[in-house]
Amino acid sequence: MSGKFTDHLGRPIVVVTGMGVVTSLGKGKEENWDALTSGRSGIHQINRFPTEGINTTIAGTVDFMETDEVSAPEISYAMAESTSGEALEQAGFGTGGIPGPLFFAAPPVELEWQHRFQLMSENIKAEPGYEQLLAAARANKHERMHQIIQLGTIAYRIAEKFGTKGLPISLSTACASGATALQQGVEAIRRGDAEATLCAASDGSVTAEGLIRFSLLSALTTQNEAPEKASKPFSKDRDGFVMSEGSAALVLESYEHAAARGAKILGVIQGVGEKADSFHRTRSSPDGAPVITAIKQGLEDAGVTSSDINYINAHGTSTPENDRMEYNSLKAVFGEDIHQIPISSNKSMIGHTLTAGGAVEAVFSFLTMSEGVIPPTINYDNPDPDIPLDVVPNVKRAASVDSILSNSFGFGGQNACLVLGSRVN
Amino acid sequence: MAKQDVWVTGIGLVSCFGEGAEHHWQTLGANPAPAPIVDCETYKPYCVHPIPEMDWSKQIPRRGDQRQMENWQRLGTYTAGLALEDAGIKENEELVSTMDLVVAAGGGERDLEVDASIMADSLNRNDRDQLLNDRLTVDLRPTLFLAQLSNLMAGNISIVHKVTGSSRTYMGEESAGITSVENAFKRISAGQSTHLLVGGAFNAERPDLLLSMELGNFVYRGEAKPILARQESGGGMITGTAGAFLVLESADHAKSRGAKAYAKLSGVGSDLGTREDAQTNARMDAILEGLGAKPGMGVISGASGCIQTTKLEYDTLYRHLGDDAAIRAFTTMIGNPVEANFPTGIALAALAIHNQGFYAPFEEAENESSSTPEEILVSAIGHYRGEGFGLIEKI
Repeated sequence: MSGKFTDHLGRPIVVVTGMGVVTSLGKGKEENWDALTSGRSGIHQINRFPTEGINTTIAGTVDFMETDEVSAPEISYAMAESTSGEALEQAGFGTGGIPGPLFFAAPPVELEWQHRFQLMSENIKAEPGYEQLLAAARANKHERMHQIIQLGTIAYRIAEKFGTKGLPISLSTACASGATALQQGVEAIRRGDAEATLCAASDGSVTAEGLIRFSLLSALTTQNEAPEKASKPFSKDRDGFVMSEGSAALVLESYEHAAARGAKILGVIQGVGEKADSFHRTRSSPDGAPVITAIKQGLEDAGVTSSDINYINAHGTSTPENDRMEYNSLKAVFGEDIHQIPISSNKSMIGHTLTAGGAVEAVFSFLTMSEGVIPPTINYDNPDPDIPLDVVPNVKRAASVDSILSNSFGFGGQNACLVLGSRVN
Repeated sequence: MAKQDVWVTGIGLVSCFGEGAEHHWQTLGANPAPAPIVDCETYKPYCVHPIPEMDWSKQIPRRGDQRQMENWQRLGTYTAGLALEDAGIKENEELVSTMDLVVAAGGGERDLEVDASIMADSLNRNDRDQLLNDRLTVDLRPTLFLAQLSNLMAGNISIVHKVTGSSRTYMGEESAGITSVENAFKRISAGQSTHLLVGGAFNAERPDLLLSMELGNFVYRGEAKPILARQESGGGMITGTAGAFLVLESADHAKSRGAKAYAKLSGVGSDLGTREDAQTNARMDAILEGLGAKPGMGVISGASGCIQTTKLEYDTLYRHLGDDAAIRAFTTMIGNPVEANFPTGIALAALAIHNQGFYAPFEEAENESSSTPEEILVSAIGHYRGEGFGLIEKI
């Protein structure tokens, strides 16, 4: 069924022709890759706001973007602009625009406390509360404040700036969002809706309130003393994830279109798998069935078997529950082979970039294949004996990798798995 | 693979008029149309179309589940249940476990009392950042975070109704509803999905949400008026609490299980750009041309009432359908349910097609319809960004 430009099911092959990334490790692929393969952590004490009284005082904030104000929407936009620009330029769509739509994994944005305080100051005589803020809003149009807190705005701005086609999709599947954005781009190309898509994800939402919310769910590590050591996926003393910021953008393109214009192929998205979980709002089914199904579907969609996978880019959040669940689910699919396949968690160095995670980790996965180097899982000093995986501990490893499974799981029962390949077979 | 026809086989609706697909046809389809139900006191100077009396237990049986949500998620989860029931697949484990889900969502409720109390405290503090830490660590309820997460409406639908194929949440005001239905349509057309639940809900009775729109001065102030009549008083949006979910299926899938179908969704088009008049007109023209808009089609409009966008929408529709086109702005009756706007329009159009009728004018300025339309355009022109149209027709 497959032809030169189609896959095992006769669908257009989807390749990657441009990538951009920003994390706490730096701006762009080069800075990130250097840090990642050196085993350097981007996690640090938070200095964006005081942390006294909050159990967690560390994060992987991105503090080097220039923005009009320090707020989740502005930081998220700035990172998305940087990564989208980087990806489009690499793909050769930097000037004429990309002939396709934008799928954007959008962070949660809303009015922040700084905005509430500002509105209060504009209507100082009124009783404090929403009546007061509404009166201030009525008195003066706050165009910019309105725009940045709409959930669709970042995608609208990216679409307008880079000339993507049509109405962009702003999506959220919580911590699986980045993978979902790619999945949607793949589906659009397979449908023949577009020859190319820009799939981007961004999350710059480390605010005091955001941090406190995750903290109240006991999801975050409290190992504040040595921030760079706090994210320790698959270690015995892991106690939660590190909230982080980041963005990634990938240009997906039909192989036929990319080949016709002579674009450099950076990799292939071979398959996507997804399965929702109805067990609990924040916890996965104890039997792992939905995650197992998502992985199996991803492999099947890619037309490969588990034995074709030679590296796994783990979700690996460093929470006690996720890492155990991920191991058990992988073991159910891969059997005993799972103990031989290298698997590492980028989150040991960049923390959990939340909305952006799946896309950021896809960029790193493609670099893993093109560079022939697997980034390590750092802080692996105290292995969890119940998770006997080859986590590529602490030091990068040279390896020839051609097929990667990348996992993303999120609150709300979201599970998405990508199968990524180094080249068109 | 040949394109699949997309059928509407289930409708869940909740608005100020009550709940249920048939109930909405009976009520909104009456001649003359009923008077809108609108509350202009509680949030003065703003009007909102309020939530009807709800017995959540009818679609969300476990109290524990109800407690994990606030009204926005409850309304969506409830309405999704209505749609599944209407399609005859609720509690059909095989069908719901393979069903795809696309939810158009905003953000959930904040604790307004806590917010107001922190604002009051802030007047006596110079270290407001520290105040936030002191108060939020104590006053935020952990469960409220989950009630705020956009994708947790979908999460709750999975938990309560066991819809567990794929699950995606789309955001971005009215655009969320447009892109949700459009993507659902494309996936089913292309054979990427066989049966899918799509929709959204909106809780208008929230000062924090009124604020997020009033910052751009998009909200209408004063006595409630219908969409067209409102144009003469400066225009603006009146929001409405509502939920709308659709079960969409490929024709083959629907036929194989002997499902009833309301109507065929034969196309959806959308676009984005700045709201400069000529460009906005050009984008809307292109979408309508793509859908084959022509005289004789009815229109179910989700017009926001904001003065420039609503005028552009109506001018464009009249240009394509003729000056006597029967346009019904459902937002006159139930308000703008923002993310749920487009799904609501699709639902109301499908009900009219199914019942071989159309709606009597929702206000005096709307044209009488000269005949019963067999094709109905559905419009959702975002109050701030994003434009979409859909076409519903007889099977």
